[in-house]
Amino acid sequence: MTSEHAKPRYALELRGIEKSFGANQVLKGVTLALEPGCVTALLGANGAGKSTLIKILAGVYERGAGEILVSGEPVEITSPLSAAHNGIQTVHQRIDESIVPGLTVAENLLFEELVQGGLPPIGSLRKLLPKARATAETLNLSWSDSKLLSDAFELGIADAQLLVLARALVKAPKVLVLDEPTSTLSQAEAERLFGLIEKMRDQGVAILYVSHHLSEIQSLADRLVVLRDGQIKDRQSAPLDMGKAVRSMLGEQVAVEVEQLNQLQGSKVAVQLRGVQLLKRSEPIDVDLNYGEVTGVVGLLGAGKSELARGIFGVDPFRSGTMTLDGKPYAPQRAGDGVRRRIYLVPENRAAEAMLPGWNLSSTVTLPFMNRITRLGMTNFGAERKLAREVIENFNVVTTGPDQVVDALSGGNQQKVVVGRWMSGDPKIILMDEPFRGVDIGARHDLSGKARDAAAAGACVVVLSSDIEEIREVADRILVIVEGHITLDSRASEVDADLIMTSMSEVASR
Amino acid sequence: MTQAVTNKTGQQAPQPKLIKQAAPASELTPLMRVQDAVVKYGFVAVTVLLFVYFAATEPAFATSDSLFAMLKYASVTAILGLGMTFSMVVGGMDMSIGSQAGLAVQMAAMTMVFYNMNGTTAGLVVVGVGILVGLVNAFLIVYCKIPDLLATLAMMFVIQGVKLIPVDGQSVSAGMVLRDGSVAPGKFTSTFLLLDRGTLGPVPLPVVIMLVLALVSWFFLSRTKWGRLMYAVGANPEAARLSGVRVGFYRGLAYVLTSTFASVGGLILVSRIGQGDVNAGSSSLLEAVAVALVGTSVLGAGKANAWGTLLGALLVGIVLTGLTMKGFQYYYQDTAKGLVLLVALVFSYTMSRKKVRYTPAT
Repeated sequence: MTSEHAKPRYALELRGIEKSFGANQVLKGVTLALEPGCVTALLGANGAGKSTLIKILAGVYERGAGEILVSGEPVEITSPLSAAHNGIQTVHQRIDESIVPGLTVAENLLFEELVQGGLPPIGSLRKLLPKARATAETLNLSWSDSKLLSDAFELGIADAQLLVLARALVKAPKVLVLDEPTSTLSQAEAERLFGLIEKMRDQGVAILYVSHHLSEIQSLADRLVVLRDGQIKDRQSAPLDMGKAVRSMLGEQVAVEVEQLNQLQGSKVAVQLRGVQLLKRSEPIDVDLNYGEVTGVVGLLGAGKSELARGIFGVDPFRSGTMTLDGKPYAPQRAGDGVRRRIYLVPENRAAEAMLPGWNLSSTVTLPFMNRITRLGMTNFGAERKLAREVIENFNVVTTGPDQVVDALSGGNQQKVVVGRWMSGDPKIILMDEPFRGVDIGARHDLSGKARDAAAAGACVVVLSSDIEEIREVADRILVIVEGHITLDSRASEVDADLIMTSMSEVASR
Repeated sequence: MTQAVTNKTGQQAPQPKLIKQAAPASELTPLMRVQDAVVKYGFVAVTVLLFVYFAATEPAFATSDSLFAMLKYASVTAILGLGMTFSMVVGGMDMSIGSQAGLAVQMAAMTMVFYNMNGTTAGLVVVGVGILVGLVNAFLIVYCKIPDLLATLAMMFVIQGVKLIPVDGQSVSAGMVLRDGSVAPGKFTSTFLLLDRGTLGPVPLPVVIMLVLALVSWFFLSRTKWGRLMYAVGANPEAARLSGVRVGFYRGLAYVLTSTFASVGGLILVSRIGQGDVNAGSSSLLEAVAVALVGTSVLGAGKANAWGTLLGALLVGIVLTGLTMKGFQYYYQDTAKGLVLLVALVFSYTMSRKKVRYTPAT
C-alpha cells in the first residue's frame, strides 16, 4: 500500500522485461520508468523490439520475465482489458484498426462500454449522446450531434485519431502510450496533436511517445530512451542530444573503418528529380542520380527512402514534382514502365513483395523477363534453366539447383536470387531498398560486390539503407535523407561515419 | 496493398508464424510423411479403389459402353472445372459459372428455335455471349475492385434472372408457342445435336472435346508466358506487380477464359438435353468447384492445374455412375458431390502443409 504522503515517484516501471518468440529473444531485460507529467520518447531502429514492448504494455502479448509496476504496485497485464484497468492506455499506430466503421462516431467513442455491457444492449442512439458528448469533451472536441451520429467511417484520419485519443483519455489513464501518432497526419493536424499531448502532460499523465521523427521528439519530449537489441541503450533528460541518441540507436558502427573502395565517379546524369515531395509533410527536393557509381541513400525508417525508390521505379508515383530520365521527361505509372526501360527495384520487404510462395528458383528468376525465355508466348525451359544457372553461378547461391523452391533457401540466398535476377537483366538503373536486411555478412559482401560491378559497368546503382556501415561498404556517393529532405550529399571518401550520423540527426527547423 | 503499408510503417513484430514454415525434409516426422502421402496420392488412390470396387460389384460398370457414358457425363463437369481452374490460378473463383452454362443452354436454344438459325451460328452466339459475361465479371473484379466471390455471386443471380425474361420463364423447345401466338419457327439442327451424340471412332465427341480442352489448358497454363504470369498473380499479386506484371489484365483474362469454357460446357449440355431447359446448369457450380479443388491436391500440386481438374472430374464421374448403377436416388448424388468437395477442402486447407490460396490479397 502506498500512503497519501509517499506518492510513488513513477507512474509506470518496467523491471527486466524479457520476451521471446520461439528461439528468438526480442526483449532482453528492459528496465524503464515513466514519471507522471512527463513525455518520454522511445526510439529504436527496425527490429529493436519497440513493437513487442508496446504490445506487452497494451496487453496484446504477455511478458516473459520481469515486473511491471503501476504507481509502485506490481500488476499483471494479461489482456488489453487488464491494461486499461491498470491505467495504461495505448493508441496504436494504425488508427483505422481502432475504429469500427459502420458504427456511429458516438458508438465508437463509447465502444468499450458497449462491448463490456456498461450500456443497455437496446436503446436509441440518442440516449448515447450525452455520454458520447462527455467523452468528446475530454479533448474539448465540440462535435455536433449530427457529427456524433454520422458513420465513423466518414471521419478524416485526424478526427479519427482524436476520437481514439478521447476514448483513451476518458479513462483518466496514468500512462498513455502513443505509437507513431503522426505518421498519417498533416503538419497542421500534427501541431494540434502536440498541443493536446502537452496538455495531457500538464495534467500529470505519463506519456510514452514512440516515434522516428527526431524533430517531434526534440520539441516534445522531456526524456528519451533508446531501445536496441531488446535493451535500453541510452537514457537522456532534456536537453536532448539527438546525435547521441541516433548513435545509440544504430549501434557501435562508428568504430568500424570501412576498407577503402576503389572509388567510382559517374558524370552522366541518369535520373533528375525536381521539386519531388517524398512524404506527406515534407518539402520538395531536387536530386540527380548518376550512371557509373553507387549512390548510397541513408535514412531512418520513414525518412522517405522507399518512397524515393518506388517513385523512380514507377510503382508509386511521386506526390508532386517532375522526373527526367536521360534528359527526357519521364513519368512512369506502373512497375512495367520501369522494367521495360531496364529500371529495376529490389523491394524493401522481400517476403511480401518479392517472394512467390511455392515457386522454384528458375521461375522466380525469370518472372520479370518472360519475353526473354519465350517465343510466340511459349516457354523455352532450356533457356529458363540456363538463366537460372547463370544467376546461381554468378551469385554463388547455395541451392540444390534451379528446381529448388526459393522459400527453402536461407535469407541471404533468397536475396541473392532476387538481386541476381535483376542483375541478369542488364540494369540501367537498379534501386536496392534495404537489400541487406535479414542477410548474413557473407551474402551481404557478395551483394555489395555485385552492386559495385554493375556500377563499374555503367549502371546507375542506388542502395537505400538505414545502416550506415552497410552504405559505407558499398557507396561512392552518400545521400542522407531525414524526414523527406536531404541533409547531406557528398562523396563517400569525404565523409566519415560521424558526419553521416550527425546529418541523420539533423532536425528540420520548425 | 495493406501489407505494403504495414511494412512501410516498419513496426515489424517478430512473426511467430514463421516458425510454422514447412520443415525441411530431414525434419519430417513419420506422421508428417504419412500426411503428405495421403494428401499427394489420396485422391488417385480413392479413384482407383472406387473404380475397382464398382467394377467388381457391378458387372455392367466396366464395359466400354458404360465407361464411355461415364466419360461423356464427366465431360461437361470437366470442361467447367477447367474453366474454374483459370480463375483459381489467379487466386479467385467464379461463382457464376453454373448460371453461365445455363445461359449458354438458353442462348443456343433461342438462336435455333426462335430465330431459326443453324447450329454453327448458335455456337458462335453462345461463345460470344460467354466472352461478354467474362468481360463483365473482369470489369467488376478488376476495375470496380469487388471481391471476386461477391461479384460473381451477384452475377450468378443476375444471369439466372435475366435469361428468363425473354422466354417468360419457359423452357425453349421446338414447336413452342411464342408471345404473339405464333409457333416458334426453328428447331435444334441435327448438326448441333451431333455435338453430344457424335463420335470420333468409338470415342464420343464430348470426350474428345474434353481431352482437347484439357490439353490446351495444360499447355496454356504450364507452357506459355501468359499461364506463368497468371500463376504469379495468384501466388503473390504484389510481387507480380513489382516484377512488372499487369496484374489486372491477367486477373481479367482468367475470368474471360472461365466464361468461355463455361459456354462451351453449356453447348455440350444443351446438345445433350435437346431443349432450352431453364434449370440446366444449376448443379454445375458445385461440380466445377469440387473438381478444380480436387485438382489442386492431386499429386501434391498445391495449385490449380489442368490435369488435376480432369482427374477430379473422372473421380466425380466414377462416383456418380457407380451410385446410379447401385440404384441410389439423385439426392444421394448431391450428397456424394458435396462430400467430394468437402474432402478436397480438408486436403487443401487442413492436411496440406503447402499453403493454398484462393482469395487474392487485394
